[in-house]
Amino acid sequence: MKNMLFVTSGIVAMILSTATLAGPREDLLTQYAAAAKATSFSAARGQTLHTQSFSGGKPDTPSCTTCHGKDTRGAGRALTGKTIEPVAVSVMPMRYTDPAKVEKWFKRNCTEVLGRECTPQEKGDWLTFVIGQ
Amino acid sequence: MRIPYRPLAIGLVTLAFSALVLARALAGDRHYFAPVANPVVKEECGSCHLAFAPSMLPARSWQRMMGELDKHFGDNASLDPAAAEKITNYLVANAGDAGGQRYSSKLLKGVATGAAPQRITELPKWVSEHRKVPDWEWRHKEVRTKANCVACHTAAEQGYYEE
Repeated sequence: MKNMLFVTSGIVAMILSTATLAGPREDLLTQYAAAAKATSFSAARGQTLHTQSFSGGKPDTPSCTTCHGKDTRGAGRALTGKTIEPVAVSVMPMRYTDPAKVEKWFKRNCTEVLGRECTPQEKGDWLTFVIGQ
Repeated sequence: MRIPYRPLAIGLVTLAFSALVLARALAGDRHYFAPVANPVVKEECGSCHLAFAPSMLPARSWQRMMGELDKHFGDNASLDPAAAEKITNYLVANAGDAGGQRYSSKLLKGVATGAAPQRITELPKWVSEHRKVPDWEWRHKEVRTKANCVACHTAAEQGYYEE
């Protein structure tokens, strides 16, 4: 009986810890939400951002998919010929766990594709999209 | 005294063979450029393109390049100043003219003293080494750009640029 209680409390503790222990990706989303004064992010909006063509950036990179490819779970390729690992978290579980790196690439890539930096709302939507991929 | 012909012959053959292998290995060195060993340089330079061996350009080239990262071959590749300084130091310390690097000075042959070339693919020696590559090969969809060394030199990331 005592044993049973021990196991049960162990399981409860595990469930609680996973529920409250947010990873770096979740921290980023929280941060973007606060900056955007947004209540929620939309994977659908993120997908649109990822696939649509922009005219404000560099002509040879009109959209995210120019380099990242249309398949989020497949590799992309930079104009330099270098392979880019897939953006989908399901196949690249370590992606977006280094906040500085995420911010660096949002800055670089949004400037190239959109001709401006992305807003916190856009970043949150896009991150939500790739987390679900 | 009897001369031990057999062991002598075996010894000579072994020696000749080793000399042959060694000569080949040395000849291969001509196409070896030590790859980037610094993790920061590898990450920051190597995420968009092959992290080019620092020995492929002279120190002054790297200094100029690192000072113009906001206009990096058409891209804004700016880095935070601390990272940029670390990378510059590494590139300069391991540059082709940093001394003791005979084979990379070979790639720098014909570069004017004081010049700071930015494109490895425009070095006179690079051009002559690649003169036999036909145009259609450069345009191949797996190649795309002359800076994509690995498309043909499959071991470029390990520093080997044999044909």
